[in-house]
Amino acid sequence: MVRLTHWLTVIAFFALLVSGVEIAISHPRFYWGEVGNVMTTPLFTLHIPSSRDTVPTGYGFVMPDQNGWSRALHFQSAWALLLTGLVYGIYILGTGHLRKDLFPAPAQRTWRAFWQVIAKYLRRAPPDEAEAHSYNAVQRAAYLAVIFILFPLVIWTGLALSPAFDAAVPVAVNALGGRQSARTLHFLVTGSLILFLLAHVTMVSLAGFKSRMRAMITGRATLPPERP
Amino acid sequence: MNNISRRKLFTAGLAATAGLGGLAVAARLARRYGLIPPDNGGVYGPGETLNYAAQRLLTSHSQAREFSRGMISKAPFANAVAPPDDRFKRLQAGGFSGWLLSLSDLKSLPIRSQITEVVCEEGWSYIAEWIGTPLADVLNQVGVLPQARYVAYYSADRNWWDSIDMSDALHPQTLLTWAMNDGDLPVGFGGPLRLRVPRQLGYKSVKYITGLTVTDSLKNLGNGLGSPGPEFGYSWYAGI
Repeated sequence: MVRLTHWLTVIAFFALLVSGVEIAISHPRFYWGEVGNVMTTPLFTLHIPSSRDTVPTGYGFVMPDQNGWSRALHFQSAWALLLTGLVYGIYILGTGHLRKDLFPAPAQRTWRAFWQVIAKYLRRAPPDEAEAHSYNAVQRAAYLAVIFILFPLVIWTGLALSPAFDAAVPVAVNALGGRQSARTLHFLVTGSLILFLLAHVTMVSLAGFKSRMRAMITGRATLPPERP
Repeated sequence: MNNISRRKLFTAGLAATAGLGGLAVAARLARRYGLIPPDNGGVYGPGETLNYAAQRLLTSHSQAREFSRGMISKAPFANAVAPPDDRFKRLQAGGFSGWLLSLSDLKSLPIRSQITEVVCEEGWSYIAEWIGTPLADVLNQVGVLPQARYVAYYSADRNWWDSIDMSDALHPQTLLTWAMNDGDLPVGFGGPLRLRVPRQLGYKSVKYITGLTVTDSLKNLGNGLGSPGPEFGYSWYAGI
């Protein structure tokens, strides 16, 4: 179930990323506070062309409008991600995967254990036998942050962009400092998720891309444990 | 080994049957309670339906956020879509003659104003005070049959029309707007008459309104999808 939900999340995440980039292209300016438009000062601007001629970008051309299908794909993938996340959440709580494999084991709950793993990464020492079958201290911290901080944040900031949702739950957007702040945070949290993705794929490659992929698809680590 | 896979197969089959059965029941209930949007077909139909159904179940009676006078945008921005054709000129000259209620009749009904944010699907937004006549008052004045489910509205811009369900049509913040901030509604912002639907994205707030139709089905109006938007991928329900 962990593997299935992992790959469903991968598909949904890439769909959200591609469609999210397309939506951002229609207004590549980011603001802070409640309102923001081409008449107000942006917090920062992406120096890319836009798909709208109303946005001053410095480029002499306008990209094709891809917002229609992008928005539809974005929301549909968001539903897929949310439902997958729910299944995963129930599963890791119910089976003890969260308690046993994700929460740091007693020996891993020190900064020393944490730095030891980092030092080992820096020395580029090969993973030991235990690491083929369980997560180390850094992995656990990173996975917990992604599951319980970044994904909830990206869902919250995304929901805060829905005018009808804001009407029903005004605190969801007001607590973030306003609608444009929510949009900017949605963009920045996505950036953090991309950083995680890059680090994650790099680590997988260093640990042996083929064997790790095989493990994540079939569930068998390089040295398959004896089945009873 | 054989045992395990048989048991797995059985469980999976049971889960699939329960899932399909659940879906069928959900679809029937959703149809009964009006939770299916007109653009429920196609690849993105499931997403559109989930958005609309979830929001109608959870947010049906909520009020859009209203802001203080100090938060009104000093320099609001509007996408230019004004088509200066004959239809529009007639409209500007007070050409609401095809209406049961003229613009001056509208202005004699109870006036409501609200300071709400216009939110464009592109990402930008501004706050303004909108002054007008609640659509609900107009519908009550005209008299609406109980089987009414949607209100379609038309623009002097021939390519632009749209529709909303009764939850938004009868909502107290849905205004036939004819003034903004300190004066008449400027042409750039939809004047002389714009339907403001503050719980949905800006593109549902159609400019240069020329007429309304109350209906029990959107199937026979235009493309049958409730607005031209879905043909270009833009959701009919834009509360998201």
